[in-house]
Amino acid sequence: MITATGLLNIALIITFIVLALGQILAMVRVVIGPTSADRILALDTMVINALGLVVVLGIYQGVQIYFEVSLLIAMLGFVATVALARFLLRGDIIE
Amino acid sequence: MTTATIGLYATALCLLIGSGFALVGVIGLLKFNDPMARLHAPTKVGTVGIGMLLLASVIHSSATGATSFHELLIMAFLFVTAPISANFIAKVNIHRRTCETPPPPPEDETWSTLDTPQEDQDIKV
Repeated sequence: MITATGLLNIALIITFIVLALGQILAMVRVVIGPTSADRILALDTMVINALGLVVVLGIYQGVQIYFEVSLLIAMLGFVATVALARFLLRGDIIE
Repeated sequence: MTTATIGLYATALCLLIGSGFALVGVIGLLKFNDPMARLHAPTKVGTVGIGMLLLASVIHSSATGATSFHELLIMAFLFVTAPISANFIAKVNIHRRTCETPPPPPEDETWSTLDTPQEDQDIKV
């Protein structure tokens, strides 16, 4: 019978591996494109995955200090995605 | 079985569900052929996948003693912003003609997002 802590450690390792693999696969989509919208989408996915990695690192170390980091990553990722999409739509970010 | 043990099991379950959604979303991003179809998969990672990871963080902090609900704030922020960024990327696809233009609406001449002056439509990026 596996203990709860052992199961949690296995789940944490699986999550780390899956999120890192997701970063690599999204990076492939950034490189091969083919359209600019795909590249924006892949970069947005990479930001989301980085946010997940920070959250899981917080669980792994058992500390709360990564909360501000993940909130900042979420906000910056959203602003960056909207700015890139708006630049492609209008040729300008702030009109 | 104590409450802390149940909390640890629930944390592991939430982590596994969240990582499963993250993996499926990225595989969809890589595998689909059409730009609009590719848009569909990773938007689920932002809501369900990361939402489950943040829920796991909340449950873990409750189970180990230092209860905190800060992560719900990030979850609410992501639930609000993920559709907005997906909408912007879909608009980019429509304007740059990388997908089929939607059929014209029955009443007006064109869709409001396509109703721009001619000089704005010919932006070369």
